[in-house]
Amino acid sequence: MADNTQAAEERVLMKGNEVLAEAAMRAGCRFFFGYPITPQTELAAYMAKRLPKIGGTFLQAESEVAAINMVYGAGAAGARVMTSSSSPGVSLKSEGASYMAGADVPGVIVNVERGGPGLGGIQPSQSDYFQATRALGHGDYFMPVLAPSTVQEMADLIYLAFDLADEYRTPAMILADGMIGQMMEPVTLPPARDPKTLAAKPWATTGHKGERKHNVVNSLYLSPEKLEDTNRERFERYEQIKAKHQRQELMDCDDAEIVVVAFGAASRIARTAVRDARAKGIKCGLLRPITLWPYPTDAIDQVIANGATKFLSVELNMGQMVEDVRLAVNGRASVDFYGRTGGVLPTPEEVLDQIERLAAGQPVARSAGAKDVGSVLPQPIDRKSSYERGE
Amino acid sequence: MAEQFNHELLCVLSGFGGQGLLFAGKVMANTGLLDGRHVSWMPSYGPEMRGGTANCSVSLSDDAIGTPFITKPTAVIAMNQPSVEKFGPTVVPGGTIVIDSTLAMNGAEGVDIAEGVNVVTFKATEMAEEAGLKGLANIICLGKLWAETHFCTRETLDAALTKCVPATKQHLLEPNRKALQMGIDL
Repeated sequence: MADNTQAAEERVLMKGNEVLAEAAMRAGCRFFFGYPITPQTELAAYMAKRLPKIGGTFLQAESEVAAINMVYGAGAAGARVMTSSSSPGVSLKSEGASYMAGADVPGVIVNVERGGPGLGGIQPSQSDYFQATRALGHGDYFMPVLAPSTVQEMADLIYLAFDLADEYRTPAMILADGMIGQMMEPVTLPPARDPKTLAAKPWATTGHKGERKHNVVNSLYLSPEKLEDTNRERFERYEQIKAKHQRQELMDCDDAEIVVVAFGAASRIARTAVRDARAKGIKCGLLRPITLWPYPTDAIDQVIANGATKFLSVELNMGQMVEDVRLAVNGRASVDFYGRTGGVLPTPEEVLDQIERLAAGQPVARSAGAKDVGSVLPQPIDRKSSYERGE
Repeated sequence: MAEQFNHELLCVLSGFGGQGLLFAGKVMANTGLLDGRHVSWMPSYGPEMRGGTANCSVSLSDDAIGTPFITKPTAVIAMNQPSVEKFGPTVVPGGTIVIDSTLAMNGAEGVDIAEGVNVVTFKATEMAEEAGLKGLANIICLGKLWAETHFCTRETLDAALTKCVPATKQHLLEPNRKALQMGIDL
């Protein structure tokens, strides 16, 4: 259990999911609406315990659909508000997220991904990359998507997500996964902010007391011209986000010929593999996108200018972010993909093997299955029930 | 007391749910926190929690930690037979495996453990029960692993254990300390 009675600058050992909750409260979040699902439930449990103690509201909604619409409502009233779920639950939130985008309502959505599609499994995955970066719901919109790879980044990025959401009046997403959510690492928590000190939201429906014209928060525009204007104005804000907020980490990329691109949990595995490749004398680096939308295309340009000729996208899915890498590379270098899916994690050795193949000019295995290279995740022991044993 | 200690420990702690392996892992992780090292603690959270091998991976390192899932552990604590069979063969040469043979009755027998691995087998659960320390076989094993690997200083180990026993269960601190000492003295 986290002991957050300690001073803000002290290092504490906490679970990723709990850090998301604690840092959100410190960022000024006072409303949480959600519905439990593995592997993000610790987040909601932490909120249930702590949020009422600081004057906030925690509510376990009757469904994910209800929860996101509560977020829409609280956000429209100007509150810092969030919801969290895991993959199947996030799908249910897609309609509400689209309404929030259409009505320019800020709010934070957390997805601690598990394997899919459908109910899928409960082990770590990154198979919701398309869903997140192509904006979750229907209509012409995007939203900032931040991908933490450490427990510390869980704290830093949810803080940033609230700021971006408010500044650009948009929903924002934290795209994490079961690995980062469940693990404990040391973290230095950000300072707590009083929500009263945050920038005013003159557009919010806070009650006008007869002193100003009433505010309307709505996503319905029956005039096509008006809707087009509204969307164009929103996309101008997106251009500002793209210009100002691309974030990434570059490791060993100054002279890298092979650049591994990976985010979140996959980047942890890739980091070990890149270090091992360097130790073998391969000129290899790691480009870790922190913002998945906007995609860090400037960093791709930079590593190509530094001499990168081969890219390898490593993901916990069948190949999704690789499309953004290809778009950014735009034919200037080769782009390959390696991934494991369904909640299976590649080992650093598997990734290193692909890097060595690239270095030797050999083709990369597009992806492997447990039959080929095994699995590092603990498997439940196969025990037959008494019924199966014929008892 | 200045002691040499290991600069990287990649440890898998595994057994049945309820044996306290996740707790022992937390104590280990807290030693890293107290020493300002890089630390990760990764639990299993799937169906294996409900029977089978409930386990966690603890990495202590002076460098940033890559994957928190450990595939080549330098240390293993195994408190049941499936854990010995699953993680025994993954220990790297020079590493250590501590086996509680009360429940892992076959010990390392028939398990393909690499040459150069330090295999330490003893009946931790039985010892704990005889000493009136029921439920603290996990801490006895932790003490033994520490004695074999010195993954931190003794002072840090004591401080981490003290930190991990919650305020509401202070009466358990002394038995935990006793169990730790028992493992170290083995």
